Amino acid sequence: MGKLALEHTLQGHKGRIWGVSWHPKGNAFASCGEDKTIRIWSLSGSTWTTKTILSDGHKRTIREISWSPCGQYLTSASFDGTTAIWSKTSGEFECIATLEGHENEVKSVSWSHSGSLLATCSRDKSVWIWELAGDDEFDCAAVLNSHTQDVKRVVWHPKKEILASASYDNTIKMYAENAADNDWYSTATLESHTSTVWSIDFDADGERLVSCSDDKTLKIWRAYPPGNEEGIFTPDNETVWKCVCTISGEHSRVIYDVSWCKKTGLIATACGDDAIRIFKEDANSQKNEPTFSMITSEDKAHLQDVNAVKWNPSQEGQLISCSDDGTIKLWKFIE
Amino acid sequence: MPAEIENINPNVYGKRKEREVTANEEDENVPDPFDTREIFDLIRNINDPEHPLTLEELHVVQEDLIDVNDGKNEINIKFTPTIPHCSMATLIGLSIRVKLLRSLPPRFKVNVEITPGTHSSENAVNKQLADKERIAAALENKHLADVINQCISSKV
Repeated sequence: MGKLALEHTLQGHKGRIWGVSWHPKGNAFASCGEDKTIRIWSLSGSTWTTKTILSDGHKRTIREISWSPCGQYLTSASFDGTTAIWSKTSGEFECIATLEGHENEVKSVSWSHSGSLLATCSRDKSVWIWELAGDDEFDCAAVLNSHTQDVKRVVWHPKKEILASASYDNTIKMYAENAADNDWYSTATLESHTSTVWSIDFDADGERLVSCSDDKTLKIWRAYPPGNEEGIFTPDNETVWKCVCTISGEHSRVIYDVSWCKKTGLIATACGDDAIRIFKEDANSQKNEPTFSMITSEDKAHLQDVNAVKWNPSQEGQLISCSDDGTIKLWKFIE
Repeated sequence: MPAEIENINPNVYGKRKEREVTANEEDENVPDPFDTREIFDLIRNINDPEHPLTLEELHVVQEDLIDVNDGKNEINIKFTPTIPHCSMATLIGLSIRVKLLRSLPPRFKVNVEITPGTHSSENAVNKQLADKERIAAALENKHLADVINQCISSKV
């Protein structure tokens, strides 16, 4: 068993906070919410304070923010249908581009590991891939209409140019670029959840994916590439993703977010029952039938729904969360 | 079923009397947990989007379809559309949700669902009403917010 020790409780946003995102160096983070602002926080002395407030980028709720791998750019996805790119190259953050194209709310934005591609998704059921064309220019490289409903989240593979998306249609889809004609297409559909898939995250190698859902379960998926040693059939020579583990009975309401720590392998969840839970893979876990145990449940982590959790990418064991209660909390996981 | 799907002539029912305030309720020293009648009183006067009638008068909401667990901070409400194809079901559910969102302490988890077996798209409507992200986005749409405000504003 372990425990989550609360290090800081931060206030500043008005109303619901939807998203938090660590700077790749782990010494700063951004937050966003229904007050239509982005706050950038960093440590001064022993307290976290807001260094910058970006308030002129969006006309409606900001659903998610995401840092580029180099840490120079910050992107924000908004219910106003646009995605804004903020750059710090001149010292202060300024909006250098606004990506338009989605018909309604943009729900999520994610950078590829190389920083050359950006993905967005929307209630309009589409996933868009954007290419960094010049200094401040982004070209639309693909519009993918594979989902039949609202797309809730897009996340890039940590090492390859493979994109995953999660949807209100209860499925997860994988996408890759066809080397022959440079066209993006859906390579796999991951079906097993019985309601909306709210969030997904890859493990450190990108060989596994964790998903969380309105069906109150967590699922672990494993990639089986063509020629896999298990002999699992791969139609059309495409990697097959199989659900190898379902964790049910631990969450009492919808699970809004999941974060797979790239350093420790721990999985954290943000739940509509106000709790944050931590899962660890068992020591005797099998590759094709892994098992996980809940090692911590912080029952009243927040006063209302927890909307997001993110492990610090460089500081082992540090976790950040945000909630409908208008607070951000920093936690230290102690095993 | 006739081609026109909306209910032109709904059954209309009587209204409940005002709640009688008990001595215990007036005593500040006695804890006064939320009960079904209190929740019912909050939503019974919501206006139907189509008729000049309240949800109570149409039996869309009924006290015995409300379940309150004050200790667990949970409220479950079932509402019954007047006809199984009612295209207003989502709007009615949204109005109930918004009314309670604005009236109750934020500790409560409110579930609003269609009474099982009373609507042709029951699952789809329930899924929408449970998705707080869609609700948040809908409330930022000025037109829809105006319609909902009209439904939940009480007629004086």
